[in-house]
Amino acid sequence: MTPLQRVQEQFSKEVIETHTFRGDETLMIHPSALKVIAKFLKETAELDFNFLMDLTAVDYLFFAGGRIQKEFRFEVVYHFYSLKHNHRLRIKVPVDEKSPEVDTLTDLWASADWYEREVWDMFGIRFKGHPNLKRILMYEQFQGHALRKDYPFNKRQPLIGPKY
Amino acid sequence: MSFMSSASNFFTSKMSDALGWARKYSIFQYPFVTACCGMEYMSTAAGHYDVDRFGAGFPRFSPRQSDVLFVVGTISHKMAPVLKTVYDQMCEPKWVVAFGVCTCTGGFYDNYATVMGIDTIIPVDIYIPGCPPRPENVIDGLMKLQEKIQKGEQSRTLYDPRTKIGRPAHLQQGYSVSQHIKESSS
Repeated sequence: MTPLQRVQEQFSKEVIETHTFRGDETLMIHPSALKVIAKFLKETAELDFNFLMDLTAVDYLFFAGGRIQKEFRFEVVYHFYSLKHNHRLRIKVPVDEKSPEVDTLTDLWASADWYEREVWDMFGIRFKGHPNLKRILMYEQFQGHALRKDYPFNKRQPLIGPKY
Repeated sequence: MSFMSSASNFFTSKMSDALGWARKYSIFQYPFVTACCGMEYMSTAAGHYDVDRFGAGFPRFSPRQSDVLFVVGTISHKMAPVLKTVYDQMCEPKWVVAFGVCTCTGGFYDNYATVMGIDTIIPVDIYIPGCPPRPENVIDGLMKLQEKIQKGEQSRTLYDPRTKIGRPAHLQQGYSVSQHIKESSS
């Protein structure tokens, strides 16, 4: 039984959709179940995902030149890996534009700390319960979130350069 | 300029000319190296091109002891207050060289993180374009700087992207480092 099947069996109601491609397994889950499923992934012996490899986000505004409209603008993407079993799982969580917030995973994987700060910095997605959610790459006075698709690529920041 | 007239052994130079002559052959440079241009800076400084022939062979790593600021490489928004601090710490007279297109104009960067030309923050005397500039190009820029030092000229203007002209630095409401530090620490 693959990790994907194991999670699907346990949380059938929470899974929105699944995807498998040459052994890479992806789960789309409801944001409300993120914490429970993450805990399950880490603490179940046959899954034992002890390594959070990556945590990032995707902005689907203007996706495919605006031809594809997603129901939710953002997706937060988690890549989990088990050093013991050598298996991987990708979890995606859809996030609404109006209230971009998901639960933090810092209490389960300490490495989530800086990843979540980066996602907050670049996409403006908040992580509920994060101990120190402030910008990590840009400075505090930076206005906007640079990797959002509606951020003008040539926008100038007020702090740097002449003011007028 | 002549130092001694051979006939009468009389000192005919002006004091400012003598100062300029002394300064242009004893450039203490501060290499503010942030990116790949640093490689070209090093090859200019090293034996093959030997910038010491122009009296600029002694980099100082303290802004207090240097009189030419070499800004070598891309300056990001986060680096900008550091550059401004280093510039402010240098004693007069001081000159600034923008080394490479990133420091001149922002180069091919046009994004949220890069300063679009350091002349929006500090006055620049010599622009050396190139990505990166070849050592010959750098030496050409250095010689032009020496001409400027000889004449006692210093740039006092900042570039204003709105009007696309240079304005005197003291008239420009430039960004203030003290404000930046105050806001960051709060």
